Amino acid sequence: MDEIRILSPTAILGYGFPVDSLEEGMSRKPHAIAVDAGSTDAGPYYLGIRSVGADGSRPGELADFFRTMSADLRPLLRAAVDAGIPLIVGSAGGAGGNLHVAGIAMLVKRIAEEDGLSFRLATIKAEIDPAIASEKLREGKITPLGPVPDLTAQDVDRAVRVVAQMGIEPFVEALRLGAQVIIAGRASDPSMFAALPILNGFDPGLAIHMGKILECGAIAADPGSGSDVMLGTLMKDHFVVEPMNAARRCTVKSVAAHSLYEASDPWHLREPGGLVNLERVSFEPETDRSVRVAGSEFVADSIYRVKLEGAEFIGYRTICIAGTRDPEVIGHLDEILDQARLRAGEQFSDLPLGKWSLHFHVYGKNAVMGPLETESFHGHELGLLIEAIAPAQEQASSICLFVHAFILHCGFPGRRSTAGNLAFPLSPQDIAAGPVHRFSIYHLMEVNSPLEFFPIQLGEVGQ
Amino acid sequence: MNQPALRLSDLATVIRSKNAGPFLITLDVFFKDAETFSRVRDSGAITRQEIAEVYRVPEGDIQEITFFEPAAALKITLKRWISSAAPGDTDVFGAQQHVPLMNLPLSL
Repeated sequence: MDEIRILSPTAILGYGFPVDSLEEGMSRKPHAIAVDAGSTDAGPYYLGIRSVGADGSRPGELADFFRTMSADLRPLLRAAVDAGIPLIVGSAGGAGGNLHVAGIAMLVKRIAEEDGLSFRLATIKAEIDPAIASEKLREGKITPLGPVPDLTAQDVDRAVRVVAQMGIEPFVEALRLGAQVIIAGRASDPSMFAALPILNGFDPGLAIHMGKILECGAIAADPGSGSDVMLGTLMKDHFVVEPMNAARRCTVKSVAAHSLYEASDPWHLREPGGLVNLERVSFEPETDRSVRVAGSEFVADSIYRVKLEGAEFIGYRTICIAGTRDPEVIGHLDEILDQARLRAGEQFSDLPLGKWSLHFHVYGKNAVMGPLETESFHGHELGLLIEAIAPAQEQASSICLFVHAFILHCGFPGRRSTAGNLAFPLSPQDIAAGPVHRFSIYHLMEVNSPLEFFPIQLGEVGQ
Repeated sequence: MNQPALRLSDLATVIRSKNAGPFLITLDVFFKDAETFSRVRDSGAITRQEIAEVYRVPEGDIQEITFFEPAAALKITLKRWISSAAPGDTDVFGAQQHVPLMNLPLSL
């Protein structure tokens, strides 16, 4: 095998892609379709959910998200099965926990049944049993990743769910076992793209670097898009990336720039079990729409570590959106909000202290950068997002209602508009926004084998 | 004191911010051309102290300042003042924290 082609349809499963781009991609006879389906980017909500709602019959916290993923999965499954190539999905369901993997596997089986498709399905789990995390912690095998506090036993106990990011090896193993469709839990972004090339003996540094570019769909093209198709072609000593939509092109600039995307160190791509060194990388035009990359080198670590991610449940959130146009309200807003906070504290003194919280986002003033804001305020209107978080949804809603009503009717010196301080665009004013989590675990864990915590399950679908 | 002649945004085609994981914000600057890139890099004008000042954070919160020649780019990584989406956060994706960098005064 002199070259291997991997097709990336979209940056995140559910972001969509033009039908023509997929058709063009399939005409290049790719050896696999791979797609990333999750990220920590959108916050810890996806990792912390309690039900996904994949079966559509009962409400789940990800029901709508799963519908959009289903819309992408159907044509991808059809294309992969027709071409007889693997479809590889990593970080299933937004966060890659067991219920996310099970939910996406259920979608895949349902689509297969409806469309009369048959294939060997592999699921790969990535959830870490809290007992194992606790043991690793006691053995000193868990360390912080970046500016994160040391992990405590309490963090592990409190986490709703802990996942580990698998590397390439579990995907390689599933492919070796003949899997045609792989639905994997949390995985490093390039791993699902690099697995088939590495199984076929291609250079891991180039394979991973190509995966790092492909995992974002056509974001590395110009104009960039997370909702379009990119093809990667890997040879012995270089690879070429090309967008499948004729309206886009890859340029040296657009591809080189992507090395910086969402990474803290552009020279070294950190992956489970090693890094890709880009100190000798070169980017050159291959055609006027594609770019050739060479010189990316894989350096294995002496100890294999995987990234752990955990989410802690904090409470339920209710929000209220309002605006004000009155110069006197704008001038007094800080003190009105201070008073509202104080009055809410008295009103809800029966709620355990520290278990509930109130947040004001004042759009127009400092809502985007918070304490980092350097500009002083000037403007004729302000937006206000009131956010109440409490142990129960109804408590959060009570706090939010109390606070919005207090601000609406709060008197202050020099007030002329005595009928109300706020304009609400919506009825009802208070919106229950569901559970709130925070990332409580973001650490590295030593493992004995890259396969250790990523069990593979095989099954035949549609036979 | 002389008014600085330039701001970083005068020399760059792209200035952006984004999470690098839930606990870091990473800022990317792509310069107009290789020459501008070298000029800024070699001037030594981009320092931890200066970045800390425009973001009003302790110098220790600046994790890394790296020049990346293949893309004529500069990357600066900061500790987030609050982790992504924790109660009180203002920017879950971290995509709107770049403006103080645009305004960074430069005397080359």
